[in-house]
Amino acid sequence: MSTTSAIHGSRLADIVGPSNVITDPGQLAAYAIDQKVPSAAARPQSTAEIVDVVKFAAKEKLTMAATGARTKLGMGLPPRQYDIALDMTRLDHLVSYDPGDLTLSVEAGIPLHKLGAILAEHHQFLPLAVPYYHRTTIGGAVASGVDGPLRQFYGTARDYLLGMEFVTGEGVAAKSGGRVVKNVTGYDIHKLMIGALGTLGVITRLNFKTFPMLTSSRAFIATFQTVERACGMRNRVSQSHLTPITMEVFSPGASALFSSEAASRIAPAATPTSNALAGSRWTFTSGFSGNPNTLARYETELGKMAEECGAVDAAVLGAADLTSAFALKREFIPIALESSPATTIVKINVQPRQMSEALANAAREADNNRLRWVAMARGLGVIYFAVLPPESSEATRQQVIRAADNTLAACVALGGHATIPWCPTEWKSALKVWGLPRADFAQMLKLKKVFDPAGVLSPGRFVGGI
Amino acid sequence: MDTHAIGDLKKLLGPDAVLHRPEELLLYEYDGSVETARPNCVVFPRNTRDVVGIVQIANRYQTPILGRGAGTGLSGGALARQGGILMVFSRMNRILKIDAENQRATVQPGVVNADVSAAVAHLGLHFAPDPSSQKASTIGGNVSENSGGPHTLAYGVTTNHVLSLEVVLPTGELVRVGSPALDSPGYDLLGLFVGSEGTLALITEVTVKLTRLPEAVKTLLAIFHTVDDATETVVDITARGITPAACEMLDGWTIRAVEAHVHAGFPVDCAAVLLLEVDGLREAVEQQAEDVAEVCRLHHAREVRMARDEHERALLWKGRKNAFGAVGRLSPTYYVQDGVIPRTKLPATLRRINEIGKKYNFEIGNIFHAGDGNLHPIILFDAREEKQFQRAVAAAEEIICFCIEMGGSITGEHGVGMEKDRFMPFLFTEDDLNLMRRVRDAYNPTGLLNPGKIFPSTKGCGEIHVRPLPVGASRA
Repeated sequence: MSTTSAIHGSRLADIVGPSNVITDPGQLAAYAIDQKVPSAAARPQSTAEIVDVVKFAAKEKLTMAATGARTKLGMGLPPRQYDIALDMTRLDHLVSYDPGDLTLSVEAGIPLHKLGAILAEHHQFLPLAVPYYHRTTIGGAVASGVDGPLRQFYGTARDYLLGMEFVTGEGVAAKSGGRVVKNVTGYDIHKLMIGALGTLGVITRLNFKTFPMLTSSRAFIATFQTVERACGMRNRVSQSHLTPITMEVFSPGASALFSSEAASRIAPAATPTSNALAGSRWTFTSGFSGNPNTLARYETELGKMAEECGAVDAAVLGAADLTSAFALKREFIPIALESSPATTIVKINVQPRQMSEALANAAREADNNRLRWVAMARGLGVIYFAVLPPESSEATRQQVIRAADNTLAACVALGGHATIPWCPTEWKSALKVWGLPRADFAQMLKLKKVFDPAGVLSPGRFVGGI
Repeated sequence: MDTHAIGDLKKLLGPDAVLHRPEELLLYEYDGSVETARPNCVVFPRNTRDVVGIVQIANRYQTPILGRGAGTGLSGGALARQGGILMVFSRMNRILKIDAENQRATVQPGVVNADVSAAVAHLGLHFAPDPSSQKASTIGGNVSENSGGPHTLAYGVTTNHVLSLEVVLPTGELVRVGSPALDSPGYDLLGLFVGSEGTLALITEVTVKLTRLPEAVKTLLAIFHTVDDATETVVDITARGITPAACEMLDGWTIRAVEAHVHAGFPVDCAAVLLLEVDGLREAVEQQAEDVAEVCRLHHAREVRMARDEHERALLWKGRKNAFGAVGRLSPTYYVQDGVIPRTKLPATLRRINEIGKKYNFEIGNIFHAGDGNLHPIILFDAREEKQFQRAVAAAEEIICFCIEMGGSITGEHGVGMEKDRFMPFLFTEDDLNLMRRVRDAYNPTGLLNPGKIFPSTKGCGEIHVRPLPVGASRA
């Protein structure tokens, strides 16, 4: 341990207590972001302690990153400097929960699955079914801005986050929003914190709207020879009166991915729905919920639509398969990341009708560069295109860069945008992690100057190196 | 205001797009709130280029500037509190693009809310946020205030339906935030600008999501002998996890006012009604309507009526949406609050409002979005009597303070504007407010855009800023 880090450690110990400071390099390795290891980790248990840690860091010109379960620290660019890891996992309390009002307030470090279990006792849930569900904290889920299959019906955190408390880069504890389901008081600063990778503030507390648990659900699966047909099915459903809970299109490689060893490790409860996701074809999946008559209506109509759209085969999943299929869909990203030493995931956003073309473009670029790939496309126009090279050699790197660059450009040409949220650290300098330069970047810089003028919070990780 | 500024504006826009004579400005000193403030001039841009030009002139002469749609706002958001240039978007009222396949529409800010839905109805689509003012209020105004409406209970408020904005910053910069494709990389500037009450930017173009019209709709009217039974019904519906598309409450007093005006078919001899709507697939709606009716009956509903056809349904909604107009016939002036409370606190809050009415000797009507816990108590008073006016303000403040005590908020959909700025310190610390002020200053550095809104000029409770006027009277 260096002298500097010893000093940091002792000052941090004054704030959070000696037993809550980690300076042992072996233990600190677990807090690494893009291979950068901090010189100390502090585990605060209150907002007041966080305020003191941030103020200390700001004064000493140190930088810090808030961490939860550390499942998504690989997202974004490598930090320019990383001195202190602010481990939020001791702030893991349910602050208040009013089942009758369907609202709750939680500390940022609470694991999502733990909160889910509490809500389930009251037959409620939070639609934040995001990757690493069984490990991630709610603060991490929100700060990383990841989405999940329920987005189709429930939207993202942005749609059910009611308010937030946070600590700015100047060590100011502040809040926005409130705890009621409808509120237009003051600026929606909490929305800015979603997906900001902690670069504007340390999220300490979040208020959410909860939802009644779905009674009876089923899922429909149909396979198609081409991406056009599978996306055509998506279009057909969106033009109907059906309002499914989930809706995705998977590429032919998905069944192999979901029956892999990585999948059984990450989503252990999930038994591969091998028949349903047939190997060489594109697969359309959609979950729906309701009373028996509604379920029957969905089955009939989806079956008819699939036939009209040229499906090769179609099936309805019962309760058991449904749960495992859902877990696999939710964990698509971690499974893909575990499936190659150099997984690179391009997130493509286009308008829903451009999905087929965007998928075809990405597939062509990957094929041209002889890269194995698999894709999951949410019905709303959000595509996760995972490139799975067998190794991370220089030749592979060149292939991936070429494919990714061309895919990004093609996506912009379609009026969309694309980023590369996950890729090997060593490739980040060459890949356009945050996509192509944006015209509104200057407006984002203005916000960073308000919230974190000295660049204490995760400097360098966000768009344009914010 | 500098006469040269008027000259420059006329040169930019033409003489028919600039109003500055006192008699011309009278119409623009009002909005839907109880306050007034007169601009120095009113301008009507036709396009984004005009807006940029006007902003440049405002900067040149260091004149306050603000946007205005139809002026239906209830918090003074579109009033020129410190004078200056009022930019009215009524000539920027074109629907620029309808993309039925992707369910998006791009419109100019002056397009009337209901016109968007009307334009896409033949495609089986609509714009879901439906403020009661929707026949007049504009998309630009809705976006600025993050407007709600009866159906936001199930469909969400304006911010959930906006995908992209083109805005002109007070510095004259033209910026596009968000995108028709989801998840624009970077900070959620779109989420910040929507609902910023015209204090960060002037909106020149809006891309919204269009929602498919439901296959089936059922509208129920549940009639109650007591207000408590009605509010307990709402609590129970919420707790059971039933989410109707809309759940509105009207108390007996309001019903009688509405019936005298609209003849919507509300029973005039009851204490309260709930106007409930369920929508979705035919198969689901039947059962949901039955579930809702069952809860109403459990809480002693005297009668649960189901609208038999579209005509009956439209009539019920007409009664609801025209209620404020009906109240206007009864009293020279009324003062509407917009507090929000956790829904479990509805019964206690309605009882408290009743007590406050008695204490100050006012009729307080209640017509509101019960399903969201978004109250709209209407205090009737005669502003010509100074003391009555003071009492009305005091009563309103007591109601708002009770909402805050219940864990609620001071505004659910009308905005803070110049009307509720003094309540902000009740909800937010000085640190919270300072941070928000700094966000404002980051985009509005000279403070020329819509000054005197949202943030309290003094701490704590002050007196209302401008004396309200009786309906039909004039300050001139």
